[in-house]
Amino acid sequence: MTEVVMPQMGESIVEGTLTKWLKKPGEHVERDEPLFEISTDKVDTEIPSPAAGTLTEVLVEEGKTVGINTVVARIDGAGTGAAAKPAGLSVTAAAAAPAPEAPAPAPVSAPPPAAALPVEQPPAEPTGPLSPLVRKMARENNIDLSKVRGTGAGGRISKQDVEAYIAQTAAPAPGPTPVAQPAPPLQAPPPVAPSIPYQAPSGQAKTRIEPMSTMRIKIAEHMVLSKRTSPHVTTVHRVDMTKVAKLRERFKEQFQSNYGFSLTYLPFIARASVAALRQFPLLNASLDGNNIVYHNEINIGIAVALENGLIVPVVRNADEKNILGLQRAVVDLATRARSRQLKPDEVVGGTFSITNFGSFGSLIGTPVINQPQVAIMGVGTVDKTPVVIDDAIAIRSICHLSLSFDHRLIDGALADQFMTKVKQVLENWSEEVL
Amino acid sequence: MRKCQVRELGRIAYGPALELQQQLIAARKAGTAPDHLLLLEHPHVITLGRNGRHEHLLASSEIMERAGISFFPTDRGGDVTYHGPGQLVAYPILDLREWKRDVGAFVRAIEQTIIDTLADYGIEAGRIPKLTGVWVGDRKIAAIGVHISRWVTSHGLALNVSTDLSYFQYIVPCGLTKPVTSMAQLGVRATLEEVSRSLAAHFGRVFDCEMLYEAPVLAAEREN
Repeated sequence: MTEVVMPQMGESIVEGTLTKWLKKPGEHVERDEPLFEISTDKVDTEIPSPAAGTLTEVLVEEGKTVGINTVVARIDGAGTGAAAKPAGLSVTAAAAAPAPEAPAPAPVSAPPPAAALPVEQPPAEPTGPLSPLVRKMARENNIDLSKVRGTGAGGRISKQDVEAYIAQTAAPAPGPTPVAQPAPPLQAPPPVAPSIPYQAPSGQAKTRIEPMSTMRIKIAEHMVLSKRTSPHVTTVHRVDMTKVAKLRERFKEQFQSNYGFSLTYLPFIARASVAALRQFPLLNASLDGNNIVYHNEINIGIAVALENGLIVPVVRNADEKNILGLQRAVVDLATRARSRQLKPDEVVGGTFSITNFGSFGSLIGTPVINQPQVAIMGVGTVDKTPVVIDDAIAIRSICHLSLSFDHRLIDGALADQFMTKVKQVLENWSEEVL
Repeated sequence: MRKCQVRELGRIAYGPALELQQQLIAARKAGTAPDHLLLLEHPHVITLGRNGRHEHLLASSEIMERAGISFFPTDRGGDVTYHGPGQLVAYPILDLREWKRDVGAFVRAIEQTIIDTLADYGIEAGRIPKLTGVWVGDRKIAAIGVHISRWVTSHGLALNVSTDLSYFQYIVPCGLTKPVTSMAQLGVRATLEEVSRSLAAHFGRVFDCEMLYEAPVLAAEREN
């Protein structure tokens, strides 16, 4: 004889409602065949039979809620037991209809009453979810939350509301206590990016109006903020990438076969930037009021174009990575940015950024600083170009690198020293690639 | 990391979506399919959970038919609910044995996914003890109803993005006489596609799995 019990469906679940018997007493059931269904917290679950045999007794009727481990049925493992063949339980679809009592013979151990696992009802609380912090504050200060006026969304009580209530009740009442006011209506968030309102021309509409996506709104907000915060100046340097191009050509296939990704110019430029950032730490800083915050880590944000926006994931500790490590990090971040798999902490904490508009054919750009950073490098396209070297014309791989910097903190001379260092590292590349 | 295949089905009728779920459940149980997250939108339909009460259906079948609403009894948990255009429906077909064998934790995780998604849009949503679903104040913004068979989940959640809330008048949602709301009603204009991307991403984080899309969805980065 096998006892079938109400299974424990999870740590916090202490009871379940038996919604439907899928077998009648007297019927044969296979091991793992669905035997009954239970409902716990909006989840319906089919429970497989723990053993093969004849369902001899059904101890809990449909619609009843019982604690976990309560015996709900018995199965005679032999399959030949002289099971009572009562008028079968009603197993119609009407789950709500109570089924007749389990038949005699009386079970030796009756299922424990549902009260065996009491479920405490929480004290009445004001409507709306309460944060653990608010609950804790209420408990510690012995506050009846139903008396606190919530000003959050939908009248939700926030920490500030509780603080205000404490302040109000603690202070000697200066006059009649204001009666609780109705919660303010839910309000639409204000538009984030200021814009000149569009004036519809007279006559029929020649426009189509579409709301901006949230990402678009966030980008708009950030761009306006950045331009308002930092006086941008952009300087452009021409860099001979021939040496890097040759290295890249040599190792490209090896990268692909060894690591599954190709070798681009980006890790070289990032590596050169690291060298220059080390030498000129002011470009790896932020402004906080009238203080300069120097960052000890070099975390480089890499702008990644998405179909309808952009995101700047961060290569952390870029100074600790070689070409392979940088390339791997860039590929990983770009791939996950596109499948929206970035973790929130992977798009913050950057101390300098690089944007590679050259991949879209641009020669020179004037990128916008990614606040609160103070500089961003823009990478133009790398093209074979005739250049004059020692009064002779040569064909070289030329790239224009631009640097937009915050003129509050960085002067042109420093910016150009920084760029000269980047250029010097790239043009005289000496580091091993693999 | 576990992988979860995302399928964006667009607008699909309840019946075919149910069939697809059943195929995927069978394949998942047989071990021939990975975990799936189906993201879709239904035409007007009212469904009744296994524990649902017909009296929570307020309109006669005749009135519903005239309003273009179809009706489906289903095997998910929960009571009666409405699905329709502007509502993001997500059906996770997961084998919980590879995550946590915990029905309660699963429902809480689904709620967390929705709460995190709404936070992306500046909506502060939360839970109400003993009332499964996601709430903004005392208004319900997302409903949850799940079926589990051998730890494989089906059915899931319905989040009101820009749902025409007047359709809820035909039912007592989940048997609760509490008001419903939508992201649009809270002043957030967002497309279903956008919210479904955000939801899938949060789903991946909450359930700690890598979300795989069928085709590259974003502009491919060209090599410099």
